[in-house]
Amino acid sequence: MDKKKYSLWFLAPSMIIFFVMFIVPTVSSFYFSLTVWNFDSIKFTGLDNFKMFFSESHLNIGIKNTLIYAVLTSGLKVILAFLLAIFLTSAIRTKTMIRSLVFFPNLVSTIAIGLTFKAMMHPTKGLINSALGLIGLPNIDWLGNTDLALYSIILTDVWKGLSIATVIYIAGIQSIDKTYYEAASIDGASGWHKLLHITLPLSRPSRNSVLILSFIGGIRTFDMIWAMTGGGPGFATDVLASIVYKQYAAGFYGLSTAGNVIMLILIALLAFPLQRYLYKREEA
Amino acid sequence: MSTTENNRKPNVETNATSSATSSATSSAASSAKANATSAANIKTEKFRKKSKLKQGGLKLLLADIIGLGSALIIFVIPFLFILVNSLKDRRGANKMSLAMPETFEWGNYLEVIKTNNYMVITAFKNSAMITVGAVVVLIITASMAGYIMQRRRDKVTTWANAIIMIGLMVPPAILPTIWVLQFLHIYKSMFSIIMLEVAINTPFTIMLYRGFMNTIPLELEESGFIDGCSKIRMFTNIVFPLLKPVTATVVILNAVTIFNDFVNPLYFFPGNKNATIQLTLYNFMGQFSSSYNMLFADVIIIVVPMLILFLIFNKRIVEGMVAGAVKG
Repeated sequence: MDKKKYSLWFLAPSMIIFFVMFIVPTVSSFYFSLTVWNFDSIKFTGLDNFKMFFSESHLNIGIKNTLIYAVLTSGLKVILAFLLAIFLTSAIRTKTMIRSLVFFPNLVSTIAIGLTFKAMMHPTKGLINSALGLIGLPNIDWLGNTDLALYSIILTDVWKGLSIATVIYIAGIQSIDKTYYEAASIDGASGWHKLLHITLPLSRPSRNSVLILSFIGGIRTFDMIWAMTGGGPGFATDVLASIVYKQYAAGFYGLSTAGNVIMLILIALLAFPLQRYLYKREEA
Repeated sequence: MSTTENNRKPNVETNATSSATSSATSSAASSAKANATSAANIKTEKFRKKSKLKQGGLKLLLADIIGLGSALIIFVIPFLFILVNSLKDRRGANKMSLAMPETFEWGNYLEVIKTNNYMVITAFKNSAMITVGAVVVLIITASMAGYIMQRRRDKVTTWANAIIMIGLMVPPAILPTIWVLQFLHIYKSMFSIIMLEVAINTPFTIMLYRGFMNTIPLELEESGFIDGCSKIRMFTNIVFPLLKPVTATVVILNAVTIFNDFVNPLYFFPGNKNATIQLTLYNFMGQFSSSYNMLFADVIIIVVPMLILFLIFNKRIVEGMVAGAVKG
């Protein structure tokens, strides 16, 4: 009965586009990553690309940086957005206004934000250093210092991504049943206790969403890096996605594809189990 | 994950305020009991409540001021910085200060638009075509797919669902995609970039539609079928109109994502003629490396459409993004 009413033909357009444009390239990337190729010729080389990726320091720094980036951006967003959401669900009167202000960066393209912050982080003339100078702090070379550059980009990413994380948290906190708070108040719980024992545990679904979303976003990051440093100084801020681009531009298609495959493996090995684990705990 | 979705519906704003007042009312309730037992307590209770409220008011005011102040500094100054510098002359802008421009150089905008043979105009046209094209195709294909995937539960749809979910997490493989496009002889064409944007945003959009189909009762379709409605008319005349709210969300979210997309046009739609609006910024970064006023004018040109969208659809955008994210 159902099968007659709901024709599978309705699925076809979506599936065909998705299959041709996404699944075929993804599956074939496993093969291409094992070769040295261009659009005219192809030579199978086994795991050479991956060996090179892990041994060359200008390539494997991308794996390290990608992991640092994903872990730090998702961690910072989870913590800061929670605090901000608590503040914005309290009784303050300007919260609608603040919410709009916090939210807007989410609509602006990453490339535009990256460029803006690159200018504000200028080592001698930048706005951030001028502000620090006002309170007597020395100039910091935010994007030129190899030890610091990646973290400056991470902070900018958090600035942009905080908005959506906060909004998710706000939705989660507002959906908590009010009777919990009332019952706790009758039992004489303080605001701090309510926060710790009601809001914190019951906002777990939102926390999981924020964590997974920003972790995957962190592994895939490209625009922000490209707009702010282009992977430099040297290779200090190269991530997997920027290496994929650089190898592509240099004509090393096999290496570039291998970078894509490593990104896929990282997501399969880290993000997927993380999601599984978080949702299992959510159900329990 | 989807649990918050439904609970959220009843008016969001009132919920927030009631949570704040709930503690006050419940403490009032408990104090009422005490009042009944001894009349003498009444006065002191009242007094205590009053002073508590006053203290709360002061704290709130302080929180308001600090909150708004820091939000302004952290989230508004960067945009203000771009705006004032886009209106300065070259030398003024290169100082990169927040000072107001001495003379307002509105001509900067005109000059940016004229650069590289009106590249910005071409780019706007391209971006608009890609965005509109991809969103229209997405609405048609994903709504049909979401409808069937929610209503019909069998092996095929379970598999389709599993494959779609991969697309939510895994980034597109760049070079193999170009290889496929070349094989089909559509590389660097408007058609190919539209189809790619459709493919990349399909998983998320199907998920939104499938989730919303859950809330539509089966009875309508059942009575429609009894009246002899065909499968296609069932969808176009009965189901699709009911999907309107989620279609609005789909339009806004995908339009923002596709308009702001940088990576995919960079790889799959190269060439000066094919520039998209995000790529103009990237191209100008080299060309205007010593004239920040031009670069910032281009940033403003890119940001303004989003600002207009945000001012009109503020609530819808925020709700849509939450719905999308929580489902994801």
